[in-house]
Amino acid sequence: MSQWSGKLRTALVYGFLWLMALLSIFPFVWMLISATNESHDITKGKMSFGNALTENYHKFAELFDVGLVFWNSGKVAILGSFLTLAVSSLAGYGFEIFRSPGRERVYQGVLLSMMIPFSALMIPLFILLASFDMLDTHMAVILPGIASAYMIFYFRQNTKSFPLELRDAARVDGLKEWQIFLFVYLPVMRSTYAAAFIIVFMTIWNSFLWPLIVLQSVELKTITLVLSSLGSSYTPDFGVIMVATILATIPTLVVFFAMQRQFVEGMLGSVK
Amino acid sequence: MRQASKPSSSRFFDINGWAFVSVAMALISVFMLYPIGKSLWMSVQSGQGTMTKFVGLGNVQRLLDDPMFLRALTNTSIFLVVQVPIMIVLALVMASCLNIPNLKGRGLLRTAVFLPCVTSLVAYSVLFKSMFSYDGVVNSTLMGLGLVSEAVPWLTDPFWARVVVIVAITWRWTGYNMIFYLAAMQNVDKSIYEAARIDGISATRRFLSITIPVLKPVILFTTVTSTIGTLQMFDEAMNITNGGPADSTLTLSLYIYNLSFKYVPNFGYAATVSYVIVVLVAILAFIQFYAAREREQ
Repeated sequence: MSQWSGKLRTALVYGFLWLMALLSIFPFVWMLISATNESHDITKGKMSFGNALTENYHKFAELFDVGLVFWNSGKVAILGSFLTLAVSSLAGYGFEIFRSPGRERVYQGVLLSMMIPFSALMIPLFILLASFDMLDTHMAVILPGIASAYMIFYFRQNTKSFPLELRDAARVDGLKEWQIFLFVYLPVMRSTYAAAFIIVFMTIWNSFLWPLIVLQSVELKTITLVLSSLGSSYTPDFGVIMVATILATIPTLVVFFAMQRQFVEGMLGSVK
Repeated sequence: MRQASKPSSSRFFDINGWAFVSVAMALISVFMLYPIGKSLWMSVQSGQGTMTKFVGLGNVQRLLDDPMFLRALTNTSIFLVVQVPIMIVLALVMASCLNIPNLKGRGLLRTAVFLPCVTSLVAYSVLFKSMFSYDGVVNSTLMGLGLVSEAVPWLTDPFWARVVVIVAITWRWTGYNMIFYLAAMQNVDKSIYEAARIDGISATRRFLSITIPVLKPVILFTTVTSTIGTLQMFDEAMNITNGGPADSTLTLSLYIYNLSFKYVPNFGYAATVSYVIVVLVAILAFIQFYAAREREQ
């Protein structure tokens, strides 16, 4: 009797997990299948591969300069990640290594600012960047995110595992503080940086609302903006949309599969 | 003399400390503190474009009489109250299933359920829009399985449009939250479960009396972050349904966007609406803060 109920439970567990896995994967499969079909077949739910893939791609390439769109997204994401990591890790290191009551209070302010929702900042930010005459530039997309409170928090948490003996030894050797950061801390914390890079890169690559507000010129638009404008047209061509969706998703999938461990590490870094 | 050198060296280090944090602090002041102060100032003004006048609490009064705002607030609350609990429970059950010892295919299953959270919000939104079209794959599958007798008007009916948004968010974020629970469960001493099992305590009981209490802080953390995320939902509402049909999926963030960049811009009133989100997030943050402090005592 109990053996039977045990087997039933095992079957239920496997059934549940495989169903969830299937539901999670299905939209990806659907995306791949649909990219090869024409729009009217997609909206009819055609579940087999067609032969319209190249046609869909060409239609997409006629509407947008695909290379340029990728360049825009890549430029914003890579430059943005690099600057965010530099500024936020410096601050996280500073808060953890050089402690003073004054700075602790500032740090608490930083933590508090994490709670400010972006929707409350976007209008004044828009006006601010307009007054800098920076609207419709990639720098305007990048700048407001560089000093990320979340990343400062992440780096401070991770700096707690940085062995202070290394710093002390470097001080005895006569290294200046910035040299210690650059030549001792940075190499030791490689994996912390890798994990942070993935999280920040994906966040910027996938960002939508702020670029939507800031960027007007077609030749500056990132992949999410292009995708959204394709999807919101009155007669959306779903074949084209699927090709664009695949192109938008490939970089994040590649980064994820190449660095799955660091990805999860970066995600969990905040609750350590 | 030696005595005197000590404070000067600590001041030297203090200058270093400020130097390390200075760039970040300058940027936060310009792109965070200034805007939040400015939007508070803006929220007491009203008018179109740059022609504004001081209205004091006029905007707050306007909020209470604005049917669109109340609509957006109601919709956002519905998404919160329905979606967050479903997702948290689903993620917890998934995590505890994946934590069963000797589970076959664990790595594959874990990766599969985690995969949705690497997609961009825009990408999965347009994907869901195509899947839930009237003749689309979801309807044809449901009808093929005999679960519904006629096509469901997913995107054209106010009720079903909300369901689609909830399903979509749940698809995107359940695996993400699940990873937090799985990580926390793996830190639990296995012998506790072993002892409970030897004592003949059922799996359901073990889940309720061991797993849930141990995971309480993580559950609180994910609940608050999910709630804050849903409060600010924009990408899905814009790209799946564009707030429709009949404003049934209009969210607060989408309303702020429309007020500022779609209708004749009224930044002052939009800032007031955005402060509603600030207040709601602040309340949640305080709940988390006090709950965390209680735990430490």
